[in-house]
Amino acid sequence: MDDTVIKVDNLSKKYILSHRQRESYAALRDVITRGVQNLGRKILSPFSGSQSSTTEEFFALKDVSFEIKRGDRVGIIGRNGAGKSTLLKLLSRITEPSNGRIEITGRVASLLEVGTGFHPELTGRENIYLNGAILGMARMEIKRKFDEIVAFAEIERFLDTPVKRYSSGMYVRLAFAVAANLEPEILLVDEVLAVGDAQFQKKCVGKMEEVSKNKGRTVLFVSHNMGIVAQLCEKTIVLEKGVLVFNNDTPLAIDFYSKRGSQNIKKIQREDLSDKTNQFISVKNVDEALKEAEAFDYDEEINLLVELNLSRWSQFLELAISLYDKDKKRIFTILEPLAKYYTGEKIMRFQITIPAKFIAPGRYSWLMCMPLPGIENYDLLDDICKFNVLETGSEFARYYGRDYGVVFARYKIKKLKLLG
Amino acid sequence: MNTEKKLIIEAGRTEKHYWLDLWRYRELFYFLAWRDILVRYKQTVIGFVWALIRPFLTMVVFTVVFGKLARLPSEGAPYPILVFAAMLPWQFFSNSLAEASGSLIGNANLISKVYFPRLIIPASSIITGFVDFLISALILAGLMMWYHFVPDWRIVTLPFFVAIAFAAAMGCGLWLTALNAKYRDFRYIVPFIVQLGLYISPVGFSSSIIPQKWRLLYSLNPMVGVIDGFRWAILGGQSAVYMPGFLISTGVVLLALVSGIWYFRKTEKTFADVI
Repeated sequence: MDDTVIKVDNLSKKYILSHRQRESYAALRDVITRGVQNLGRKILSPFSGSQSSTTEEFFALKDVSFEIKRGDRVGIIGRNGAGKSTLLKLLSRITEPSNGRIEITGRVASLLEVGTGFHPELTGRENIYLNGAILGMARMEIKRKFDEIVAFAEIERFLDTPVKRYSSGMYVRLAFAVAANLEPEILLVDEVLAVGDAQFQKKCVGKMEEVSKNKGRTVLFVSHNMGIVAQLCEKTIVLEKGVLVFNNDTPLAIDFYSKRGSQNIKKIQREDLSDKTNQFISVKNVDEALKEAEAFDYDEEINLLVELNLSRWSQFLELAISLYDKDKKRIFTILEPLAKYYTGEKIMRFQITIPAKFIAPGRYSWLMCMPLPGIENYDLLDDICKFNVLETGSEFARYYGRDYGVVFARYKIKKLKLLG
Repeated sequence: MNTEKKLIIEAGRTEKHYWLDLWRYRELFYFLAWRDILVRYKQTVIGFVWALIRPFLTMVVFTVVFGKLARLPSEGAPYPILVFAAMLPWQFFSNSLAEASGSLIGNANLISKVYFPRLIIPASSIITGFVDFLISALILAGLMMWYHFVPDWRIVTLPFFVAIAFAAAMGCGLWLTALNAKYRDFRYIVPFIVQLGLYISPVGFSSSIIPQKWRLLYSLNPMVGVIDGFRWAILGGQSAVYMPGFLISTGVVLLALVSGIWYFRKTEKTFADVI
């Protein structure tokens, strides 16, 4: 038998955005008036069609195709609005696709939000039964797992208390416990781990790993948390604006995603300067010949050109620049008091040079601003001017692709005589 | 492994296994109904007694106004029993409409998070209406004892009329539920229907006082047939069913039920998007 449990073919979901109405739901009055309007238009110009210019089609998902095999744990990542949740909603049949086809073999349970259907007035015990039924468990099944669920949630003492009196932590634990003890062939999970304390999160990840490894269940996991995706999923799908842009092993996908991560602002160049605030006029990466550059050899100096507009001069003003690695972790920060260089001009220009053979090959970006310590941060620019440092033959070349840090260390080493 | 069923999701595909699915989710149906019943009178002091008080007081008012002041005919039974025999199905119908029409919106979080045949939600809220119906049937029993009123053999046909009442509540309820999900205007229309319906249905009076030439028209109201049937079964003796009217009324009920299910299923798939 074929081992594919989910097969998605050219799946699309289209929403019609109407710019006419502000309400989220239709009022009968609008439908009637629009009907009358359209009728009037048809009578006046019967051949123009009824296409209204104020509606717009929006594809939450467009032509997505993929296959998932039995027992796979697949992550789905992408920025907000990339279509991750829409995909899960389609897979779990909450909403209908506009186009395309999905084939699913086996029972699907979706965990789109913990505690779906919990009723605040009911007790923990009652809610376990209710929630289990909502998630598709039979009464006998819930009865059989009841003790396990209660133990997992650690709420023994509060079983007969209405859940409205629970702390939010208890609530989440109970909700997850019910869901985790479901036994579907396919489990769809959306961001539920964002809640709960770190210890409980760990327990949840462990439970999901156990479910998939030992019981051969398939897990689809949507998250923003790369750490958990990396830990839990073998394969990852990257969505971008409703389109599937990458589908491969998780480390590759996370690498791909972080490169596509934010829109790459190559340089800052401002024309409309304000005379009321301090601003960066331009920021760019340049090579040794001061030509704009996006990639540097590992044994090449990296230069940053910065131009400042100082309309609100203060002698305490500073220039702060940080370097980020590909995971947006800060590597170092440069802090320069501007008063050191100030001679009364309104515009200042700096060249900052990072020495060669210092930054390890990889992808980097800058963070900069002009702080007036304790008072204001002027013009904070986050994650800009991305650049690559290329592996062009460093002593670590053999370890290319491995994580050996982001800087080449400056160190001394000497051989010591053995004593005795 | 080969027994696993393959599920295919496609645009516009009508679910062949809809009724099977409905059967498969019957436990959810029990649980939702059970939840609604459990929650209904939580944090009230007198609890389910509310299900007794409301119809009882309405019955008292109707008996005074229509029976004592207007002196309308009572088909040979004590006036309170005449009123209450109609009050029972009417309360069931109106409670069901009110509960069902709000049920989808009340369960919006479920609808946008989990799949199940949506029909379960309004259906389970009608069940809560039915529980109230059973509770207030106790009042009728009490009234009968009070007036030493013994029903004849016709009482055994009552379940048949209860089924028609169910169909009426379900049909109209489904229409209003589906419409209310999309057009919130129905939030204001439903209380109006319920209020007005109490007076245009023969609750406080016998439908025999309607002039003969209007009776067919009057029977277009689906509750006329149900109420007449209830009276015929409970009061026995002199009360008679106006057959053409009853058939029309029942026809309207069946039409509402079939078209209600059709419309509900047609719009069901978009609920998660519009709610």
